[in-house]
Amino acid sequence: MKHEMEIDGVEVTFSEGETILEVAQRHQKEIPTLCYDARLEPFGGCRLCIVDLEGARTPVASCTTQATAGMVVKTATETIEAYRKTLLEMVVSENREVDVDALRGYAAGELANLRDRYAVHTPGITGETSGTIKADDNPFILRDYELCISCYRCVRVCAEQEGDHAITVMNRGFDTQITTEFDGLLKDSACTFCGQCIHTCPTGALADKKALRHAEDTTQPRVAAPLPDIEKTRTICPYCGVGCSVDMLTKAGQIVGIHPAMDGPANQGALCVKGQFAYDFVHHPDRLKTPLVRGDDGELCEATWDDALDRAAEGFRKAHATYGRHSIYGIASGRAPSEAAYLMQKFIRAGFGTNYIDNCSRA
Amino acid sequence: MSNPLIDMQKPDVIFCIGTNMTECHPVAATGLKKAVARGAKLIVADPRRIGLADMSHLYLPLRVGSDTALLLGMAHVIAREGLMDEAFIATRTVGFDDFFEHISEWTPEWAETITGVPAKDIETAAIWYGSADKGAIYYTLGITEHICGVENVQSLCNLALMTGNVGREGTGINPMRGQNNIQGAGDSGALPNNYPGFQAVTEPENQEKFAAAYGREIDMEKGITKVTALELCGAELHAMLIDGENTLLSDPHRVHCEHALRSLAHLVVIDIFLTETAQLADVVLPATAWGETDGVCTNTERRVQRLRAAVPPAGEAKPDWWIICQIAQRLGFKGFDFDSPKPIFNELCRLSPIYAGLDWERIEKGEYQWPVPHKAHPGTPRLHEEEFINGRGVFSNVHYRDPAETISAAFPVWLTTGRRLQSYHTRTQTGRAQGIDYLLSEESLEVNPADIEKWQLANGEWCKMSSARGSITIKVKATNRSPRGTVFASFSFGDVPVNLLTGSGYDPVTHTAELKVCPVRLEPL
Ligand code: SF4
Ligand code: SF4
Ligand code: FES
Repeated sequence: MKHEMEIDGVEVTFSEGETILEVAQRHQKEIPTLCYDARLEPFGGCRLCIVDLEGARTPVASCTTQATAGMVVKTATETIEAYRKTLLEMVVSENREVDVDALRGYAAGELANLRDRYAVHTPGITGETSGTIKADDNPFILRDYELCISCYRCVRVCAEQEGDHAITVMNRGFDTQITTEFDGLLKDSACTFCGQCIHTCPTGALADKKALRHAEDTTQPRVAAPLPDIEKTRTICPYCGVGCSVDMLTKAGQIVGIHPAMDGPANQGALCVKGQFAYDFVHHPDRLKTPLVRGDDGELCEATWDDALDRAAEGFRKAHATYGRHSIYGIASGRAPSEAAYLMQKFIRAGFGTNYIDNCSRA
Repeated sequence: MSNPLIDMQKPDVIFCIGTNMTECHPVAATGLKKAVARGAKLIVADPRRIGLADMSHLYLPLRVGSDTALLLGMAHVIAREGLMDEAFIATRTVGFDDFFEHISEWTPEWAETITGVPAKDIETAAIWYGSADKGAIYYTLGITEHICGVENVQSLCNLALMTGNVGREGTGINPMRGQNNIQGAGDSGALPNNYPGFQAVTEPENQEKFAAAYGREIDMEKGITKVTALELCGAELHAMLIDGENTLLSDPHRVHCEHALRSLAHLVVIDIFLTETAQLADVVLPATAWGETDGVCTNTERRVQRLRAAVPPAGEAKPDWWIICQIAQRLGFKGFDFDSPKPIFNELCRLSPIYAGLDWERIEKGEYQWPVPHKAHPGTPRLHEEEFINGRGVFSNVHYRDPAETISAAFPVWLTTGRRLQSYHTRTQTGRAQGIDYLLSEESLEVNPADIEKWQLANGEWCKMSSARGSITIKVKATNRSPRGTVFASFSFGDVPVNLLTGSGYDPVTHTAELKVCPVRLEPL
């Protein structure tokens, strides 16, 4: 049988194993989701992604239902849209705040965006809120469980993507809380502070504490849309050889946070504690800000670029004149960009005609 | 790595040796965890009971520095059990008959006497790996940082060649690189034996090509390695340019190293911080850091990717490439009039066959893994698919050798060194990121609780640790991760300079230091 089905009146093809949601997304259908993260096994918890399937008695969750030949699917009938709105009203009403600072995490605005799309008023249905801020002195992860909607994305990303199984679900129903084994501090759990749970959370319940230091106002919640003065720049993590892609968040000339790049070719959205949180060495007061030259008194003192470069060149010229070409050596960096390593070897080879060059891989 | 990172989720049997992947390459380790969750078998060989060992189905706690013996024993079993891939051996390799004879001698029982790993477990490991449809090997510095680093790597190649676990999805011999652009530094020709793109300097053809490109004669002889260079400082070497490396903390035998750098007439260091090494320099030039400069880096799977600037430089800091150009121009060297990194990278691509199909624009999205021999080429995620670069894979008849120093009455404990998850290299970066101290504020020596008692130490107290080269004081931490008789520390903290102790020897071929093995003595303070 051919892999063909109908979505909103249009014949489309699908490949073996694809879910209705995946097929629909490929065809630019904007089905709302909350518990869905493309990197994780489908979960089917929030039911926001339901669609009308011909022949089925009730609507089906498109994120967990595999596409089969001949299916006829409608993604946004009036009934379905009304149902979604009611679901959202219930979710939104449970939350202390829906408009959270964009710095909380990569997906922190998802719930607010859906609320806007479905024009749900806050508060719609009034009711009790669900949980509290968990006291945890770790410097990276804010655990603001009042915003938790029990989508379990954090628990699943920790288990499926990280393989760490540091957090679980405690209690059932309304009292559901995301917590560590034995309900303790993250530090005392299997948590490696990779930050993945922060960046899959659709409400900002788990949030980037370190980035929030740069929030406009850390006490008041903010509008969910990305703040206009934050820029994102795609780059590669400066640490190990895996070469994870990250988006650097910057504001007024400062790096304020890191988002994992979900489409990073080497990491597909995964990061570790170093790539996620160890970025601010760049702005440390210890950074060298001017050239230094050793003076007659034997101390290093500040110098202009011109003087320092003259001094640097002069020393090589002297060594060359006195001891010959083979008295000069270069060591390139394994952390600087390739252009630096290339020019280091060119400096030695084109400059002195030797192969007296190495890099730091031997240690 | 011979295979792409994405392959890590695909093997049936994974053999990790000398790699503390969950700490040193955490994101790569997530791939392995997925493979294991899917049902793959994991074999881990490491002197320490590291995180990976806890996840493994078979853990081989070998004595530090005994890897070659373990691998010879495994090869013996694979041959004895007839688990070879005959077709692969016949069509893709040479030297198997000699090798077959060579390994007949090295039984797992013999390997047990060297490694301390029960012969039964060596057999099981060999049978699992040898029977796998897709068997993959992963290793890091635990294999290479030995005087026998070359033999260790050759031994791994032998296993992969005899079982045909090369050039297919989910197989391969995969070293993981430690620094974000250490692969790129080698690719770019910062090596004493190779021009950019691993073109041997001893090949007349290559020499001609670069003589023409650079407009001058270049030696046909290989240069000297960094290790030799440090030995010749003050004698034959008098001036050195070091870019972004904290040689003093990261290299073994710190006293020797410091003495070497001090005896230079002229030392210029380019760095982002005033590191221990920079403090010895005559001229220190402030470089732009990550996030402040555009450039290219190549990861462990040979993927060429772009680094991008997003914030202005600190103070007057300048990009490394600019600084090197300025010095070169002052010396009257030709070919250093660059005004941005783009033409520099493009020049590298033109001169390097493995990058020939690349240029600054094409690597925008990081889609290419080298070799990319021409513009229409899609890149090479998996090496050796049809054939090896040099034709056929060669078996090596390796022999086991003891480490440069072995334990004795004076130094009765094995020290082995490495990295930790929360810190990186010499901590010039992670040590200056807020919050990291919460997770790891100081270095400590990991000692087995029984040994703590034996050497009259106390958990949480300081002890004196000495080797043939010097002594340091370090806090003791009781843990069963360390086996009896072996202790571990990282070299990341300046106040605990573990590399004052290491430096017993070097691999004679690669000149990689034996950082993983150092006999020491422990005494209470
Ligand atoms: S930071 Fe990482 S390891 Fe820790 S709970 Fe979140 S996902 Fe799990
Ligand atoms: S995020 Fe972690 S695993 Fe990824 S490149 Fe950086 S240091 Fe390596
Ligand atoms: S997105 Fe499908 S059930 Fe939540």
